[in-house]
Amino acid sequence: MTTVTSEAAVPGTLELGLARGAAELREFFRQKENLIFTVSLPAILMLLLGTVYVHEAAAGQMFAASMIGAGIISTSFVGLGISVVADREDGTLKRLRGTPMPFTSYFIGKIILVFVSSLFEAVLLMVVAMLRFDVELPSTAEKWFTFGWVFLLGVISCSLIGVALSSIAQSTRSASGVLNLPYIVLQFLSGVFISQAVLPESLRVAGSLFPLKWVCQGFRSVFALNDGYAVMEAAGSWELGRIALVLGAWTIAGLVLVTRTFRWTNEAS
Amino acid sequence: MNAIRVRGLRKAYKGHQAVAGVDLDVARGEVFAVLGPNGAGKTTTVEILEGHRGRDSGEVNVLGVDPAEGNRAWRSRLGIVLQSATDAATLTVREAVRHYARYYGNPRDPEEVIELVGLAEKAKSRAGTLSGGQRRRLDVALGIIGRPELVFLDEPTTGFDPEARRQFWGLIRLLAAEGTTILLTTHYLDEAEALADRVAVLAGGRIVAEGTPQTLGGRAHADATVRWMSDRGYTEIKTSEPTKVIAELSRHGELAELTVTRPSLEDVYLELIA
Repeated sequence: MTTVTSEAAVPGTLELGLARGAAELREFFRQKENLIFTVSLPAILMLLLGTVYVHEAAAGQMFAASMIGAGIISTSFVGLGISVVADREDGTLKRLRGTPMPFTSYFIGKIILVFVSSLFEAVLLMVVAMLRFDVELPSTAEKWFTFGWVFLLGVISCSLIGVALSSIAQSTRSASGVLNLPYIVLQFLSGVFISQAVLPESLRVAGSLFPLKWVCQGFRSVFALNDGYAVMEAAGSWELGRIALVLGAWTIAGLVLVTRTFRWTNEAS
Repeated sequence: MNAIRVRGLRKAYKGHQAVAGVDLDVARGEVFAVLGPNGAGKTTTVEILEGHRGRDSGEVNVLGVDPAEGNRAWRSRLGIVLQSATDAATLTVREAVRHYARYYGNPRDPEEVIELVGLAEKAKSRAGTLSGGQRRRLDVALGIIGRPELVFLDEPTTGFDPEARRQFWGLIRLLAAEGTTILLTTHYLDEAEALADRVAVLAGGRIVAEGTPQTLGGRAHADATVRWMSDRGYTEIKTSEPTKVIAELSRHGELAELTVTRPSLEDVYLELIA
């Protein structure tokens, strides 16, 4: 009989979060449906819709910005929500719960997954937009800084809401409905496909309650050929401060929702 | 000190009493099997011990800790082998085992574990391509990678073909020989008989019998049945002294088709859960 020694210091939460992230990415990029639907879909939509609507440089810039916004919300809100439901369905969460891995590490891994897949999706979309519609990248450090924080806050807040909503779904099949419906509706209310300025007041207000509008507006401020285009926004300006405020508030609300609603399994307890 | 000590454990779901006052002691290094029909409360009991389910009342102590208050250090001393997981399907066996090794402070060597569970030839195969039996071996590998002192196996061989079951038993014996405490639930009696040092039968949320597989339910002291073919057809005598009975009978000549049987574990079990 050997002496059993399993009691050594358990590894740190961040270290395990990074390890989770690496494993998540490996699994994500090995599934072809993820590459087709999640990573390439916004670029394909850009190609299709852009060919119909974009006839001038300024419109191309705005449309590309909105599509990047819609794309990262598809990978964070929809994609992550479904992946958590899948983890519940296939036993990943049940297994993790039986290990010394802290829940926070699981979530860090998911954020890494969303962050990297969103970045891939955004880069692919920008390449398509540059090649096909001559879209120009932002030229100043300030614009890139805005791009960075809008991207980060957008990804984190929408990831949290996606995970919170995933608790409603019992299976990946129902999750896709639970998450896609609000996402598609919000795309119309948030100025992705049609400018928010042409919407009736009530719909515009409804859209403004959710993160998508603010993420897209933030990106439009980055990609606009000049700041004069801000007059096309519903408020007539880019409202960067308000963007930070709304996305920050959703991040906090998402955190609270996740800690309250998260379920490890589908069984009642 | 015992690895597991349970007193008066109770748990109800919506008025249904799933566990109705269970007492349990599992010594360190022991292989303990919990037998019982579906719905007897096996899984609920095990999940409470694992810290995955709350309880209504009773004392529970697993490796010196109340599972309801188990922290990460406590978790790292347990190994839980899942029953029907299909996770990590696109990771290879080696990637999955290495990844899970990172969660623990003092894990086993991943290559050794892969070898131990007999998946060395499949180390580069993705988990999603493994057969049912191989997949369960991977589950065992992930369950023991942290060098656990106590391993939970919930109905580990359900759906296995006979050969895969025998191989799996060999693996469990290896673990037991290393001194790992094992709590196993099963509804296969031969499995309990082959593996367990002690067995408890759970029925209707209660333990109705407990003992070694050889003595369970008074099996060792039960009357033997002596049976042979006489002029009047098959004849049976139930007796506590079969040797004496046969000696008497055989004085009249050869006994055709003579057998002496005692109740099998299955006979005892079926009587207990009836």
